[in-house]
Amino acid sequence: MEASIKTENLTKCFGSFTAVNNITFKVDKGEIFGFLGANGAGKTTAMRMLCGLLHPTSGKASVAGFDVFTQREQIKKNIGYMSQKFSLYEDLTIKENINFFGTIYGLSNTKIKEKTEQLLIRLNLMEEANSLVASLPLGWKQKLSFSLALIHDPKIVFLDEPTGGVDPITRRQFWELIYETADSGTTVFVTTHYMDEAEYCNRVSIMVDGKIEAIDTPDNLKKLFDASTMDEVFYLLARGASTQE
Amino acid sequence: MQELKSFIIKEFRHIVRDKRALLILFVMPVILVILFGYAITNDINNAEIAILDNSKDELSIGLTNKIVSSGYFLQKASLQTNKELQEVFRSGKIKMAIVFPPGFAQTFYREKNVQIQLIADASDLNVAIALSNYAHSIIKDYQNELNKDLGQTLLFETTTKMLFNPEQKGVYMFVPGVLALIMMLISALMTAVSLAKEKETGTMRVITVSPLSPITIITGKVIPYLVISMIDTCIILLMAVFIFGMPINGNLFLLALVNLMFLFAALSLGIMIASFAETQQVALIMSIVLLFLPTVLLSGFIYPIKNMPLWLQVICQVSPAKWFIEAIKSVMIKGTGIQDIWMQLSVLLGMIIVMIRVSIVQSKKKVS
Amino acid sequence: MNTIEIKKISKVFGSKTALNNINMSIKQGELFGLIGADGAGKSTLFDILVTLSAATSGSASVHGFDVEKDAKNIRRIVGYMPGRFSLYQDLTVYENLNFFASIFGGTIEDNYHLIKDIYEHIAPFKERPAGKLSGGMKQKLALCCALVHQPKVLFLDEPTTGVDPVSRKEFWGMLKRLQEKGITILVSTPYMDEAVLCERIALIQEGEIMAIDTPVAIIKSFTHPLYSVKSKKLYQLLKDLRNFKETYSCYAFGQTVHLALKNQDTTAIIIQDYLHGLGHENIEIKSIDAGIEDCFMELMKKTAE
Repeated sequence: MEASIKTENLTKCFGSFTAVNNITFKVDKGEIFGFLGANGAGKTTAMRMLCGLLHPTSGKASVAGFDVFTQREQIKKNIGYMSQKFSLYEDLTIKENINFFGTIYGLSNTKIKEKTEQLLIRLNLMEEANSLVASLPLGWKQKLSFSLALIHDPKIVFLDEPTGGVDPITRRQFWELIYETADSGTTVFVTTHYMDEAEYCNRVSIMVDGKIEAIDTPDNLKKLFDASTMDEVFYLLARGASTQE
Repeated sequence: MQELKSFIIKEFRHIVRDKRALLILFVMPVILVILFGYAITNDINNAEIAILDNSKDELSIGLTNKIVSSGYFLQKASLQTNKELQEVFRSGKIKMAIVFPPGFAQTFYREKNVQIQLIADASDLNVAIALSNYAHSIIKDYQNELNKDLGQTLLFETTTKMLFNPEQKGVYMFVPGVLALIMMLISALMTAVSLAKEKETGTMRVITVSPLSPITIITGKVIPYLVISMIDTCIILLMAVFIFGMPINGNLFLLALVNLMFLFAALSLGIMIASFAETQQVALIMSIVLLFLPTVLLSGFIYPIKNMPLWLQVICQVSPAKWFIEAIKSVMIKGTGIQDIWMQLSVLLGMIIVMIRVSIVQSKKKVS
Repeated sequence: MNTIEIKKISKVFGSKTALNNINMSIKQGELFGLIGADGAGKSTLFDILVTLSAATSGSASVHGFDVEKDAKNIRRIVGYMPGRFSLYQDLTVYENLNFFASIFGGTIEDNYHLIKDIYEHIAPFKERPAGKLSGGMKQKLALCCALVHQPKVLFLDEPTTGVDPVSRKEFWGMLKRLQEKGITILVSTPYMDEAVLCERIALIQEGEIMAIDTPVAIIKSFTHPLYSVKSKKLYQLLKDLRNFKETYSCYAFGQTVHLALKNQDTTAIIIQDYLHGLGHENIEIKSIDAGIEDCFMELMKKTAE
């Protein structure tokens, strides 16, 4: 199968501190890949490198077929990104936000119009189209923010703790959006602190102290560590982490 | 007391660790004084001068041409009598006058030495010194040229006289304005921003839910900036006296009182701004609008209030800096006592009371 | 006597009701959890209890002191850790702790026994500015600062949000030990799995309390038969079960679907047949007990209807 993300011995050092240490992994097209790790284990740094926001120290990596060293601009055009701190403008309306993000990704006006329509129907936000984003409940903001990360039909979408703090029903609705997206062939790369969400992923990796300590399907990992939940797997792996982060 | 002490220590730690704050607190006042003292008032291109030529001979006219064509000076008037000279100085139209004695060329060739008098307006002391130095060197040049042709050594002797103009316009008039600006910057802006920072980062919530009373918090915030402002005031005044020759004619205690009163007004303004602003950014913008514009534009610091349209003059009355500048000029230059500035002091006191009251009301409103 | 007593508290911001008629009491020495999503009203309730804001109506007391009339006394005896990291980032670990001890008129040594366990984790970094600590460390320092004056009641507003599962477990261990020392603790969290670590919990959604009880009692109140269902294609399974006529509710839980049924008569075999008919493979069906998350969603569903 075609690889969406491929890294080989990818490393990032800040001074004498190695934040990401020789990580090697592959994510297939259309896969939901969970990228787990304790706070400070190096997840964010690795993700920033893959998004073309940070220059790696050494190793190799390609994202959507582009090299993270030399083709960072192309990478940015072919990926979507959403973080838990939503990237929406609270003081603009929903429509204005859609318009803005469509424009910065270079979509034509007709395309933006078409996308706006689709998006509003899909999220059932038709009536709120002209209200300010600030007035939306948190869960809706997150769904909107996710849809905007997909507005330019990226090949891969990076989600950084997308469901932090939302209620359990909204969290599940959000995951259904993720499933739909993956079904349509977009690769989903997601970080989360909810271990039950790790089980929604096709495969997960667990980072400890800058290294990937385990990578497999949730089922296989549970078997491997003789654990009944991902929570236990995570605990077994991450407990050994050094306290100095 | 122990609580207040540790709050103040904490506050000083914040200041010491913030390199930018240190720069604003200690380097900025010196830079501002130097900037105003030298760069702004030291404009010696086309300085306006008057010539009183009592000889009108070939030498005096030649020298006048040389001076005027140098580009540094612009001849504003040709005078006939000493009386005219005094008038033209009093009107403040010129910065320097050059006086040639009668029989200028004759004396020069016969006595081998002749006097030229330079009279400068010393209220712009730096300008005065610079102008007379320029004039002096042009005169020396002319003398050397003549000597070369003659093959002997004849001398022009210049004597310089410094005159104060009765309008008291000049070099140290920027000092009260700079004092006002610095105190506003440190006491009001820094207090407002650092209080807003506590709100923005959430630390205000934690210290509010503690036995610290609001008064202790505010006092602890304000004291470090009060101390720094006082140090800066001393630095500025010392520079004014020793570098720019500003006189302190009044009572030093009264001067301290005026400064303190304005400091408290600035602090209250900072506290009031912080009671409205939730973030540092908002505090900063509010400070620029409420502090700097009135202090710079509506205080008589740069633009004289009496030249403004009436409605603007009315607005100027609410600028604390206006009252401070009036009071401090009175004390420092005229040397007046408290009986002449009680009104300025009362207005400042009134402003302090109003601003503190507004802050309290605003803070209480936030809670409910 | 109840340590925290909340009577008919409402809070209105403009046209938005953030808290609607909240009634709650928390006993002396209890570890009480307030469970709900962001924006449910947890922080608003905390603000009222720690005297940072006034309720629109109703009354509340902490340790016998009224939140409005006796704010001063409350501030002396409570420890408060706000949702966002709220320490001085430019002061070192030690300076922060020292400052918070001194504003309560004490020193670190006075109550060192209370923070010792936690402080030892961060002591190696005591000269480091707080802003340069990792997430888990910051949280431990914030807890130390809230404890250093030996409060009678501890208010922790979402202390574990954004913290990884390992640090979260560690943190809850600390809370248990503090509770054993007699401190009443009110803690809020959006993580449902933390509910079982509390003695009693209140489930809050959109400004209303949906249930208050022990976690066990809340779980017992879930009356629908509940099955954990698994097949090869999870997303398809979820969609198909949603169309199943016996389904009361169904939600994804990890790699399985939790299926609540309308009535007791429906058996696993009926579900099996239904799914088999739709072409599902590797079907696994197990009868299970509900968790807090099942109850929370059930209550949300009920409230919405």
